[in-house]
Amino acid sequence: MNALQNLFQNKKQNLLSLFFTAGYPQLDSTAGIIAASQKAGIDFLEVGMPYSDPLADGPVIQQSSTLAIANGMTIEILFRQLETLKGKTSIPLLLMGYLNPVLQYGTERFMGKAAACGASGLILPDLPIHEYREEYQTLFEKYNLSPVFLITPHTSDERIKLIDELSNAFIYVVSSAATTGKQQDFGLTQQEYFQRLKSMNLKNPLIGGFGIHNRQTLQQAWQNLDGAICGSAFLKKLAEAPDARKAVEELKKDLGLMVE
Amino acid sequence: MTVKTDTNPTEVIRKQNIPDERGYYGNFGGAYIPEMLYPNVEELRSNYLQVIESADFRKDFELLLRDYVGRPTPLYYAGNLSETYGAKIYLKREDLCHTGAHKLNSVVGQALIAKHLGKKNIIAETGAGQHGVASATVCALLKIPCTVFMGSKDIVRQQPNVLRMKMLGAKVVAVESGSKTLKDATNEAIRHWINHPDDTYYLIGSTIGPHPYPDLVARLQSVISEEIKTQLMKQEGKNAPDYVLACAGGGSNAAGAFFHFIGNEKTRLIGTEAAGEGVDSGLTAATIYSGTPGIIHGCKTLLMQTPDGQVMEAHSVSAGLDYPGIGPLHAHLHATGLAEYLPVTDTEALEAAQMLSRAEGIIPALETAHAVAALSKLKFKPDDIVVICLSGRGEKDLQTYQQYFQKI
Ligand SMILES: Cc1ncc(COP(=O)(O)O)c(C=O)c1O
Repeated sequence: MNALQNLFQNKKQNLLSLFFTAGYPQLDSTAGIIAASQKAGIDFLEVGMPYSDPLADGPVIQQSSTLAIANGMTIEILFRQLETLKGKTSIPLLLMGYLNPVLQYGTERFMGKAAACGASGLILPDLPIHEYREEYQTLFEKYNLSPVFLITPHTSDERIKLIDELSNAFIYVVSSAATTGKQQDFGLTQQEYFQRLKSMNLKNPLIGGFGIHNRQTLQQAWQNLDGAICGSAFLKKLAEAPDARKAVEELKKDLGLMVE
Repeated sequence: MTVKTDTNPTEVIRKQNIPDERGYYGNFGGAYIPEMLYPNVEELRSNYLQVIESADFRKDFELLLRDYVGRPTPLYYAGNLSETYGAKIYLKREDLCHTGAHKLNSVVGQALIAKHLGKKNIIAETGAGQHGVASATVCALLKIPCTVFMGSKDIVRQQPNVLRMKMLGAKVVAVESGSKTLKDATNEAIRHWINHPDDTYYLIGSTIGPHPYPDLVARLQSVISEEIKTQLMKQEGKNAPDYVLACAGGGSNAAGAFFHFIGNEKTRLIGTEAAGEGVDSGLTAATIYSGTPGIIHGCKTLLMQTPDGQVMEAHSVSAGLDYPGIGPLHAHLHATGLAEYLPVTDTEALEAAQMLSRAEGIIPALETAHAVAALSKLKFKPDDIVVICLSGRGEKDLQTYQQYFQKI
């Protein structure tokens, strides 16, 4: 069992995860963000590997990626940063990014390093499911990494069941058919979609993302799903706040959460 | 009867098994897309063959190709060029298609598919503006609202086409992200599609993108080589040329011109890529020459990228070739030796444009000029039959030509 799976064993509801782009706002921001998140009681983190052509992302994540690349962030540097944190942090980490940089790094080499750095899983949204099954699944198993797949309101029940079958940590519930950071509020359609998922009795926890940015959206995700992921809103705080601690604090305030 | 099966795209593809069922051309192709795009791409994938092979579609498509696009386009024997280069040189006049380029062939087909799938809106990306104009044109005809994404850098260098799109009633969205050219216009079109999944058809302009687009566009453009075959038989008594030359940005006119000759040992298929200021200058779009395998816009192919897998910006004086990737079909044809690809610099293309204008009275598009420039890089025998795919006409590029030659 990896750290992420362990987390889901022990905590079943109201989970909160943050996404940030590695190398943003500064090349060496990674350690500070991870430490501040852990200290603030965030349950797990998605570390975004910046990519030049993030076609599923809205302007906020696009800009953070462009800046991170300009800052010099690479997968190699990210691994080095994570290595120095090993043993010093306990918050479960996932790496998230587009497939091409992973391919260029070398798939198995990447997975081996990711696991050695303490990552629990990978989110590669443009990895086709059939290719995962044929070429990647054994590698994920070998390195004890959890694959995380996305579903949207347009994903068929049949496909959701297949994804549930292939997952062993959680399912990433994209709140609406949209790029990241686009959603303002969760309306009736989202509620119905969340309800539909709930009634499917899937074996994996459901964590909602895309558009979590205030108390209302967080509570709606928590009421219907097992947890929520906050990305673009967190990046905005990171851009504005003087340090990561303050950024997490400001975000928690926006989400209507207690700040110690 | 045998002629008929021979020209059926499905038969041609079956012979080569490219692409396979999942859209792979050997190691290239496939559909590397996030879940947000999956239902739409899957809808197209599971319908496109059935639609384009249906009698209804064929009837509408062929009628529009004939009466609206103006097909068949002439296969013109270019006497003056032939004399200069010492071979029998033919020009396949795609520049005479309505709107001035081969792009309309695929647009007519895809717009009919969009109608068939019940889509209410069409979006497209464009580089040179030819695909944008073609999309705006057919959308006007079929009464479908059309939005075209175009890099702000291309909007400046291809003004005439921007004005045409607006005249035709399309909405032109200036793309300010990234390279401000075709690569990022494509990203923005994809993002728009993610945000408007229910009723929008994404009308891709070349043999790029996730499966089934490369195959769909190649099949729709295959009318070019089908006509070449028939016309050569009539004009030369031969069913295949010795050479086919075509420029390749994403690779759609080249795919169309090569299609029926792929795997034919008699014919050398030669694609020309935009080398920009030179293949080793760092300012190039010669993807086959300087690219490595990776993923761009949803397919595995050759692309120009950093060792870390970040997509690099392409550079070409020609907006339609200014793209850091190439269709997976071409990556495969290159890898298997079924076609060859030559880099052509900005200067070589500009000179070739002037040469063709003066030799034959035909002003080619800057993209097309890259194919013409290959003539001086090849050694022909006097009775070699060379077909150049004259993909488009040069009105849109007059400003660039003028800047280069100072005066016309
Ligand atoms: C006239 C012309 N030829 C060629 C191209 C390149 O596209 P493709 O490689 O898909 O034929 C373009 C693209 O805009 C064009 O306008």
